Amino acid sequence: MWPAVRFAERRVVNDKTLNGAARAADDLRRQVRDFLAAHPVSAEPLGFLRARFDAGLAWVHYPPGLGGQGLSRDLQPAVDSAFTAAGAPTNHPERSGIGLGMAAPTILAYGRHDQQKRWLRPLWTGEEIWCQLFSEPGAGSDLAGLATRAVRDSSGERWVVNGQKVWTSVAHLARWALLVARTDPDLPKHQGLTYFACDMTAPGVEVRPLRQLTGEAEFNEVFLTDVVIPDSDRIGAVGEGWKVATATLMNERVAIGGGALPREGGMIGSAARTWRQRPEQRTPGLHDRLLRLWADAEVARLAGVRLRQQLAAGRPGPEGSGAKLVFARLNQEISEFEVELAGPDGLRYDDWTMRRPEGANFYGRGPGYRFLRARGNSIEGGTSEILRNIIAERVLGLPPEIRVDKDVPWKDLPR
Amino acid sequence: MSEPRGLEDAVPDLLYGEAETELRSAVRALLEDRCGWPDVLARTETPETYDAGLWRALAADLGCAGLLIPESQGGAGASYREAAVVAEEAGRAVAPVPYLGSAVVATAALLAAEGAGRAGNEELLAGLADGTVTAALAVPFAAMPGARPEPTVRLGASPVQAEPGDGYWLSGTVTGLTDALPADVLLIPVDAVPYGLYAVRAAEPGVSLVPVVSLDMTRQLADLTLDEVPARRIASGEAAQRAVAAALTAGAAVLAAEQLGLAERCLEITVAYLKERRQFGRPVGSFQALKHRLADLWVGVTQARAAARYAAACLATDDPDVAVAVALAKAACSDIAVRAAEECVQLHGGIGFTWEHPAHLYLKRAKSSATGFGPPDRHRASLAQLVNLPGA
Repeated sequence: MWPAVRFAERRVVNDKTLNGAARAADDLRRQVRDFLAAHPVSAEPLGFLRARFDAGLAWVHYPPGLGGQGLSRDLQPAVDSAFTAAGAPTNHPERSGIGLGMAAPTILAYGRHDQQKRWLRPLWTGEEIWCQLFSEPGAGSDLAGLATRAVRDSSGERWVVNGQKVWTSVAHLARWALLVARTDPDLPKHQGLTYFACDMTAPGVEVRPLRQLTGEAEFNEVFLTDVVIPDSDRIGAVGEGWKVATATLMNERVAIGGGALPREGGMIGSAARTWRQRPEQRTPGLHDRLLRLWADAEVARLAGVRLRQQLAAGRPGPEGSGAKLVFARLNQEISEFEVELAGPDGLRYDDWTMRRPEGANFYGRGPGYRFLRARGNSIEGGTSEILRNIIAERVLGLPPEIRVDKDVPWKDLPR
Repeated sequence: MSEPRGLEDAVPDLLYGEAETELRSAVRALLEDRCGWPDVLARTETPETYDAGLWRALAADLGCAGLLIPESQGGAGASYREAAVVAEEAGRAVAPVPYLGSAVVATAALLAAEGAGRAGNEELLAGLADGTVTAALAVPFAAMPGARPEPTVRLGASPVQAEPGDGYWLSGTVTGLTDALPADVLLIPVDAVPYGLYAVRAAEPGVSLVPVVSLDMTRQLADLTLDEVPARRIASGEAAQRAVAAALTAGAAVLAAEQLGLAERCLEITVAYLKERRQFGRPVGSFQALKHRLADLWVGVTQARAAARYAAACLATDDPDVAVAVALAKAACSDIAVRAAEECVQLHGGIGFTWEHPAHLYLKRAKSSATGFGPPDRHRASLAQLVNLPGA
């Protein structure tokens, strides 16, 4: 009797929610139809996108007046597919990853209303690209130790910034940057930081490509020399920089976490295809390794599915911390294996030329490139070493490493 | 199949003797002076990826090209023990010189091929010994000792033979050769009837050596095409097969030593970095997790050293255990080199991922040389027959 009652309760709740969600989706689809009647898809793209934003059909979970309608994020796919089916101009989200995934949520959570009004629409339409100025040569894993300095001038209305940032994607294309700088060196490292939006076209901002071991430069160094930032571009309170930066980084980790893949959809697919096409390269030793990697990759894929189910059910667990660790290890093991499987071909490379691609290209290039690029998976976005610390200390609750720098004024830290 | 190796007395000297240590110092001094990593890196993007001047200095001035050649034939009359030490230093510096290909592999082939065309061989050996001639064996870098190269080169013969061994011509292709670009002479195995080893001048009009965009540009590969190129037969039949086998075996053993030197250098620079780099208010090397990893790496290097020394010693004395020794060394040293280079990148953090840091030079050399003269798992597989551990 007890299980039957509980099942019945659950069914009632689900029906109600489903009906509500279906009605909301229908309403949005009607809004899209009405919008398209007034704005033909053949119109000039920028005007179309701005109008879509102003109509609250950009990201429906954002507040009204800022591109949304304060609805559930789950309703966005209904809107997006309606526009796609109509052949509408796209805001090219693939080009605005940092803006959409990191800057926008940060501005929404910590920005003033006037800042949201100013930045969010051109961010969403893609008119303005955003980049991230966080890491420094001396502040990688220990980001809070960063040294880029922002000094407030006597009027109090401007900050003068000096320093060097590194590992910045799309810096050369960006109009704005999310900048974390040290505003009070006398406080312990986490407390003396402030968050700004930095105009990348301001005098004193110099971008240089950062060439990587694969030959090209996905990232940049950014040198800031006496860059003037108006106080009105500060995001959050003075000294609140770490809190705001943490929010940005939380969004970055979610973004890297990745999307759904079919079986053999990732790197293992490339190795499997090569195996099937090159019987002459097979050995018993390689076979055993391939099967082991295939099994590991499929298990990882299922774990990713489970993680997304947890998030969708509103029940996020700590398993996400493990996902990037596994992703990095598998990418490296599979790409190492692929070079060996390729035999003599694995000794070749496609192209060492220095250029500035939009991002990593795991599937369009050869095994040598994949092998080299995968070495970065355990470093970028949080090293595997740091991730293990986080799991050990925050998930498992093991006693933390003794922190020698926690309460020391930043200026007194040995660097 | 070898008898079980028993008492330690039966194991040759695995230490570095005085001559080897002095040779190491001389080579290291030369390479530290003329083979700094920024120059090595810059050279990978020039048309001359092999450093001819450095090679001359190493081969001729220091006499390293003649180490394996008997004194009676113009060489130093040393052994594989000394050759291995030179290779360790070359690996440590990722030196862009054809030491392995010319002073070891091609030389080993010639030395084993005493027989047909003796006069021509003497002249060639003398040129190799004094460093005035560079040679390369025309096999894919990935060729495994004991494996028979693909029959990709055709043999023709004209009826006129001025000298024994003369009057042949060769056509065909061999791809993925290492240390071939700087060669004056190419030694070409031909799987005809009979099997033969031929010498061809690289400057002949019908010879085309096309540089390959390689994973390891410090040891750039080349694809060879021959179009009716006049060739001199060096050896035929079983003698030729033995010569090629000896060359590949020597190549695998000395490459293992090179990988050892590279692994050791990776460990060295990583330790130095972790002592200096500070994050969280302390040297990164003070974190126990990293200390353990470097300790494990050091243990791996010391183990691999024993294997490399054993292979060199067995080759030096023509020990019956040489096949096992070489398989062990190539497998162990390939694995530790790749592991050390990967740890070097990782433990340097972001900077290890950049072009303007030497870590990627080591990584690319390590990963490529792992395939060179047979990858680890094929060498381990060869042990199956050698030590009576058959597969399923």
